[in-house]
Order: sequence, then structure tokens, then C-alpha cells
Amino acid sequence: MPAADGSAEEFRRRGHAVVVGASLAGLRAAETLREEGFAGTLTMIGDEPHEPYDRPPLSKQVLLGRTGAGDTLLPRRRALEARWLLGTAATGLDLAGRRVRLAGGEEVRYDRLLIATGTRARPWIKETEATLDGVLTLRTAGEAARLARRLDARPRRVLVIGAGFTGSEIASACRERGIDVTVAERGPAPLVGALGGVVGAVAAELHRAHGVDLRCGITVTALEGDQAGRLRCAHLSDGTVLEADVAVVALGAVRNTEWLAGSGLAAGPRGIACDAGCRAFDVHGIVTDDVFVAGDVARSPHPLFGYQFLSLEHWGNAVAQAEVAAHNMVSPGPERRPHLWLPAFWSAQFGVNIKSVGVPPMGRELAVVQGSLTERRFAAVYGHQGRVIAAVTFDHGRWLPFYGRLIESAAPFPPDFAQVDRAPGGPRPIPAEFPDPALPTHGPTVTLSGYAPSERRVTFVPARV
Amino acid sequence: MDLNRCEAYAQCAFQAPDVFAMHGEEALMYEPCPGDERREQVMRAAASCPVQAILVEWPGGPAVPEEAGTGARG
Ligand SMILES: Cc1cc2nc3c(=O)[nH]c(=O)nc-3n(C[C@H](O)[C@H](O)[C@H](O)COP(=O)(O)OP(=O)(O)OC[C@H]3O[C@@H](n4cnc5c(N)ncnc54)[C@H](O)[C@@H]3O)c2cc1C
Ligand code: SF4
Repeated sequence: MPAADGSAEEFRRRGHAVVVGASLAGLRAAETLREEGFAGTLTMIGDEPHEPYDRPPLSKQVLLGRTGAGDTLLPRRRALEARWLLGTAATGLDLAGRRVRLAGGEEVRYDRLLIATGTRARPWIKETEATLDGVLTLRTAGEAARLARRLDARPRRVLVIGAGFTGSEIASACRERGIDVTVAERGPAPLVGALGGVVGAVAAELHRAHGVDLRCGITVTALEGDQAGRLRCAHLSDGTVLEADVAVVALGAVRNTEWLAGSGLAAGPRGIACDAGCRAFDVHGIVTDDVFVAGDVARSPHPLFGYQFLSLEHWGNAVAQAEVAAHNMVSPGPERRPHLWLPAFWSAQFGVNIKSVGVPPMGRELAVVQGSLTERRFAAVYGHQGRVIAAVTFDHGRWLPFYGRLIESAAPFPPDFAQVDRAPGGPRPIPAEFPDPALPTHGPTVTLSGYAPSERRVTFVPARV
Repeated sequence: MDLNRCEAYAQCAFQAPDVFAMHGEEALMYEPCPGDERREQVMRAAASCPVQAILVEWPGGPAVPEEAGTGARG
């Protein structure tokens, strides 16, 4: 089968497309392949036993007990006519021979490959403590089912370790169900890695107003079990011992790239690097032409953000990147498209709709342009080198497309618009207060990285599991 | 549901109150896999959403709103 020779037409007619990772990005890519006239063989490889399902409801409706953890299957856009290898992990990749190795030892040949293996929850660092009964993580439907069952059993106290989006949503669900919850966050405020300290302070007020026992600047040093191996209490860095029967480790995600170790692909703990057309780089930084990447596992350069490689753990990115990757898999060179999606995400917590566009962690400064921080209803824009780089809204989501256009048109920062409800003179910019990038924080949803010209060598550090 | 698109117009909650509900002022909660008895409601909700944030699939006719079937994913 041709592929490297660029015969997209031949591939479209009778090639073999293999998708590894059968979740949001994998499914949407497969559908796009068919939509764009791919008539060849399609194989979907996924290590989870389930058909593709949606994750955002797992930390919202499912924990509230309104939806079963198994009831979030993704709606299909069209029939796929694919061979599904579910419950089957890919364990290796032979780039030269164009083969994916499977856990059972079988090999699957491909003409073009899409890798969409996403991420998994970062486990608790201490293995023996992580296996205590009552210590959980949340990423998959199975994990959501376990956590939902625990909440149904009305624990005396839940400890959430890490106040990123997932941790905050879990705390919110606990409070809504009247369950006592403590949140331990190493940083100075919830969401600080994703949105900065100013907005983080608003998030902290939200937690506290809803009765969360929020403890910032605190780390959990140990989890302790009883004789039967059930979680009993947690030791905090300030010396406190906190009794809890459930602890949810919400310390961000680990990219599922270990199976690519030694394959020659530029895959490591930070994801798989690819070009703007979703084609994977090999370890030499040379782009491949038959391996594509999409979703949470991808890192790709974005022209709007100085060509920095962005890893976006966002639902919308998985969909948009999957569509571009699939389009490029079946299209000849000149018809290929870049993935220029403007980053965007939403979160629902404590009854507030939090939305964002752009890349907030790039912003040094922030200006509140609508509403007010004290009311916890506002729109704020982030500035970087004199232009608008991102925006965030708390219950002001309708305005977000407007701010998205400002980002896309590199509008000046601080913004000066008369059309919004501000006093004359425009909003006053203040420091956005992102933590020092050298300090460890828990799971920012956007990771910026890029190689300075002086950095000649690329070293991949093995993932710390 | 593409909640990046959703602008909280609450049309869906009006058309299919058993399936969609506003949670607070703007956050939308929904039942991802409503039963077949909600089909009419869900179709009306999807059609009424001004920003096409609702994708519906009925077994037997993926993604085509007019198709018949039993049970849905939206
Ligand atoms: C609880 C939760 C809440 C969320 N809420 C929001 C939200 O409100 N808003 C938002 O924008 N985003 C949210 N997200 C993020 C969003 O769900 C992700 O961005 C999205 O799932 C990414 O899709 P993906 O297909 O790239 O990766 P994933 O969904 O991670 O899928 C990767 C798949 O590949 C499989 N896989 C991994 N390794 C292998 C292998 N070697 N062989 C075979 N299969 C493999 C995995 O098991 C998995 O099924 C949330 C995520 C979680 C977990
Ligand atoms: S009708 Fe559409 S925009 Fe309005 S709340 Fe429902 S999904 Fe959101």
C-alpha cells in the first residue's frame, strides 16, 4: 500500500487506516475519515473495554448521581464500518515496518496511523498508599463508577488532593450532595496553574462559600490505612492529621506514550510532538508522513501563540484536532489544513459556568472587562506583549466568542472598548499572578513548552509513574 | 454536547426539561443517554438550540435527527 509516496488517492480508495485510542479524538477522527470518502479498511484499537464515551459528565452529572457512569457513550455522527479491537492495548510501534504491536502479540499493519491515546490520571506517588481501599483517581468510566459508589455510601469526609478543574468539580459534587470535603492544594489557590492567582482567589471564595474546607499551600505527605487496609486519615504538610474515608487524587494527567518508547517517534512524558498538520515528529525532529496525532496526547505548534508547542487537555481540542488529522490523512499535500483551533474549555463547578478561550498561562497581566471579581460574575482578558492572548468568564459565557475574535485579531492589551460596562479610561490591568513555572504545581490544563535556539539537544526524561 | 458552543440560551431546557436543566445561571446539566420516551423532546431541543451545541444519535440511524430508533445519545 502506498502512503509515504504521498498517494493520498490510493490510500483513500483501499488503504488501511489504524486508529490507536478509541475515545473522543479517535472516534471523531474515524468519522471524519469516512465523511471525507475514505473507503479502505478502518481498525480501531482501544484498551478500554467500552465503546467511546464522554468524560466531562464523569466529574459532574455522574458524581451527582444523576447519570450512570456507563451512560455517557458518545453520540455517533455516522456509521463507521470499522473493525473494533476493544479491550486491546497497543504495546509497540514499528515505524519502518508500519506495524502496531498488540498486547496479545498480534501485529496490525497500517498504511496510515492515527495515535489518540490521550492521558490517564496521575496516580498517588506512594504505591502502597495508592492501593489503600478508599484512595481513588478519576479519568475513566470505571473510576467514576467507583467514586460515585463511594459518595452514595455517604462517607464522613472526602479529601480531594489537588484543586485543578477535576479536583474542584469533585469537591463541588460532594458539597452539592451534602458530603463534607477537604481540598488540599499545594499552590496558593484553586485553578492557579490554569487561570492565575487573581482568578484563583475567586475560585477559592467559591469553594469556601459552598462549605469546602479548602487548604492552600498545603501538601499531603502521607495517607494512612487501618488494619484492614482501608484509608483512615491523611497527614498534611502543616502537621495536621485529617480523618477521611475517601481520598481522590486529582493531581493532573500522565500522557499515554510509554507504549511508543524506543519506536523512534518524538513521544515522551510531555506528549507526542507533531506539526500543525498533526503529523508526528520522529526523535530527530523530522516529520513523518504516515503517523498522525490528535487529542490530549498531542503537542503541536500554534502560530497565534508564537509557534509554541501546546498540549491542550480540552474536549474541544480533541474534536478539532481529530478532524484536521483525519482530513490530512486522506488529502494530498496542497489540500492539507493546519490545526489552528483557538483553545477553549468549560467547567461547571459550584453552580458557576467557567469558560475560557486562548492560553491564559501565557498572560502576564489581566484586566477585568465585565462584571466584577467580588460578585464572582465577570469576564477578564489576559495580556501578553501588548496583545490580548486569552479570556476567562465566570457566568459570562455568551461574551466569549467576542473575546475569541480579539485574540484571533491580536487586539491590543489593555483593551479599550466603550461597548462594555466599564468606567471611562478602560479597565486597569493587574498582574495575573501565575505561579513561578519553576515551582511544581498540579495539572495546569495547558502546558507551554518550546525549544530555545540555544537548546540543541532533545532529551526525553522517562515518565515518573 | 459541545458545551464550548453552548451560550446558555436554555432553549433546550425549555423544550426537554427532563433531559436538560440549567444548573445555576449558566451551567447546563444534561442526561447524556436519555431513553426513547424522551426522543421527541430531545429532537425539539436539538432543533431549537441557536448554536447547534446538541448532537443526537438514535440507534438505527446515527446522527440523523429524523431517524427512528430506540434510545438515544445526545
Ligand atoms: C473527569 C473529566 C472531566 C472533564 N471535563 C472537561 C470539561 O468540562 N471541559 C473540557 O474542555 N474538557 C474536559 N475534560 C477533558 C476531555 O475529556 C479530554 O480532553 C478528552 O477526553 C480527550 O480525548 P482524547 O480522545 O484525546 O483522549 P482520552 O479521552 O484520554 O482517550 C484516550 C484513549 O486511548 C486509550 N489508550 C491509551 N493507551 C492506549 C494503548 N496503548 N492502546 C490502546 N488504547 C490506549 C485510553 O484508554 C483512552 O480510552 C475532562 C476530562 C475528565 C477526565
Ligand atoms: S439551547 Fe443550546 S445554547 Fe441554549 S442552553 Fe441549550 S445547548 Fe446551550
